[in-house]
Amino acid sequence: MNRSTRMWHLGALAMATSLALAACGSSESDGAASGDNAAADCQEQNLAFLGALTGDAGALGVNMVNGIKLAVEEYNADAECPVGLKEFDSQGSPDKAPALATQIVGDDTIIGLVGPGFSGESLATGKTFFESGVPTISPSATNVTITDQGWTTWHRIIGNDQAQGEADARYLLDTVGATKVFVIDDAQDYSKGLSGVVREGLGDAEVGYDQIQVKQTDMSSVVTKVTSSDADAVFYGGYYTEAGLLAKQLRQAGWEGTFMSGDGSQDPAFVEVAGEAAEGAVLSAPAAPAPEDFAARVEESTGSAAGLYTTQSYDAANIFFAALESGATDAQAINEFIGSYEGEGVSGPISFDDKGDIETSTIYAYMVTGGELDLENPTPIE
Amino acid sequence: MDFSFLANNIVELTVTGLALGAIYALVALGYTMVYGVLQLINFAHSEVFMYGTFAVAWVFVFVHGRTPSTQTLGETIGLLLLSLVAAMVVSALIAMLLERVAYRPLLKRKAPRLMALISAIGASFALAELMGLRDRVAGWVGLRDDLDAYVAKARDTYSNPVTIQPQTLFEVGGYGVKDVDVMVILASLFMMLALDQFVRRTRFGRGMRAVAQDPESAALMGVNSTRIIRGTFILGGLMAGAAATLYMVKIGSTRQDAGFILGVKAFTAAVLGGIGNLRGALVGGLLLGVSENYGAALFGTEWKDVVAFVLLILILLVRPSGLLGESLGKARA
Repeated sequence: MNRSTRMWHLGALAMATSLALAACGSSESDGAASGDNAAADCQEQNLAFLGALTGDAGALGVNMVNGIKLAVEEYNADAECPVGLKEFDSQGSPDKAPALATQIVGDDTIIGLVGPGFSGESLATGKTFFESGVPTISPSATNVTITDQGWTTWHRIIGNDQAQGEADARYLLDTVGATKVFVIDDAQDYSKGLSGVVREGLGDAEVGYDQIQVKQTDMSSVVTKVTSSDADAVFYGGYYTEAGLLAKQLRQAGWEGTFMSGDGSQDPAFVEVAGEAAEGAVLSAPAAPAPEDFAARVEESTGSAAGLYTTQSYDAANIFFAALESGATDAQAINEFIGSYEGEGVSGPISFDDKGDIETSTIYAYMVTGGELDLENPTPIE
Repeated sequence: MDFSFLANNIVELTVTGLALGAIYALVALGYTMVYGVLQLINFAHSEVFMYGTFAVAWVFVFVHGRTPSTQTLGETIGLLLLSLVAAMVVSALIAMLLERVAYRPLLKRKAPRLMALISAIGASFALAELMGLRDRVAGWVGLRDDLDAYVAKARDTYSNPVTIQPQTLFEVGGYGVKDVDVMVILASLFMMLALDQFVRRTRFGRGMRAVAQDPESAALMGVNSTRIIRGTFILGGLMAGAAATLYMVKIGSTRQDAGFILGVKAFTAAVLGGIGNLRGALVGGLLLGVSENYGAALFGTEWKDVVAFVLLILILLVRPSGLLGESLGKARA
């Protein structure tokens, strides 16, 4: 017993030494790495990221990690004790995320989590993080019900679907001036939630409602319903493939109203599917494009362009760093710091309400003009 | 239930339903012919259709480039004929490949039919995934960048750059019937008529019917059953290629899993009409397309599949062998 413990110590020492050496070796060009400051009385500390890095939505997770990496690099440049980043790839799946959450919770070096990326995995892991007190800030999960669960460690830095739906309804009524709106969704949680809020906001202006199925390609019955209802606008809750097919088949049937959809459809692929029928479509999203100087910094640091959710992830990581600078060290203190945080991030003003939702969020309307989705110049919805 | 909506829009719902049903029927022919000859459900037939849809889109991208534009049916007719040929060739080749790789080795060894079924499901996955990974396949042979317009974002929806804008052809009951729907319905009726006559009147068709009735006697009478089976797969592929072209005219987008749902619907249409029966496939397809639209109008679009399949169960309860019965072999010459 004694002997084996000793062996273990020796082994650990050897490993620590070699790690330190390796770190020193690699830190020549990269002053941010942990080797230099290891001599000071610093404990290893890490931020964690949980979200999709591979799979269908992998590109979004990479956008997030790029934002976090930039924040980590900037913090470490003049921090007393450096912070590392541990990435956990859930592939965006609520089935894979819980096991990773258990790993994160069991890792004492992790001070907080940027993530989870999506709503499904947030709902699947929120309880684990809450019970072990790990503070989390999601840059991208927008489902309304997450913050209704009473998980006081859970925060998000992005407007939720409630805020987006209300803004969308206002946009249709005030900016488009629609008086008859037909609402459609694809019956998934996100889509039904968003279209439900829009319907509430529309009130009497809603002239009809229908649900399609995911992967449905022939929309003729819905098209008949829309055209025979004389609607001057359609709101669709769902993702870009069905949105594109719907917009195209509506135009093919000669319908001329305004087509609007939410952030699930806010993707250049929408235009690819809809072709010229996409012209004039309005797609809302709770995020603005990255400011130019920030985008340049991301590009310089990570070698890839800033994308959707990069700003939010950068801001989320910086809130954790602000907590460290304020002297908070344990999870509870960090969590309290986040709860009372107020500041101006790259993505906009940040402060959280009691539930963990961001207090002020702006929803942006992105337009399809000249045959492409204009991702640079969205209009903020009042 | 919204009866007044159905009544007010009955013409539009019927015409668009018939157009989709005609596409189901063309694909259903592939299921029904193979079943007639082999008593086997070729579950990979949906991928034969899917490859056809890509062939159509690729022809358009090749000739027209990726810039989206909108044209009428008349302006695209030349390209459509070209892509029809391409789709029929591609689909027939895939069907032939399927027969050669997934079926013939099993049939030769007198493997149980269940094995052939599993083999078909495996082939279906393999073909769909191959299409979904076409960017990597192109990468292996070093053509990834040259073929970017064809293989980029391989798992995403791939669209025909040309949107075909339907024109009103004539009015019935206040609804302007669109030329695209009329063309789709007429084209599939023509294809089916041609196939029906081919099976009834040619020497090959006689061989097909003979193998369907009794493979052993047919062999004794000098019918080369291997050749007949291969020919049956190819015929099914040709019909699926035509269906793929009509589908791309109407829908305009495809992806690597586009065959699945359409394949299930077409298979349903084949069973509805009586599997193994060519005319049954037509009746089943049209009935399925129209009843889906009526169901969607009455109960909401999310219910359209429920309505279609409840109809299938009701009909099979009353007529277990489908509306027109199973009878490729019994078709009179």
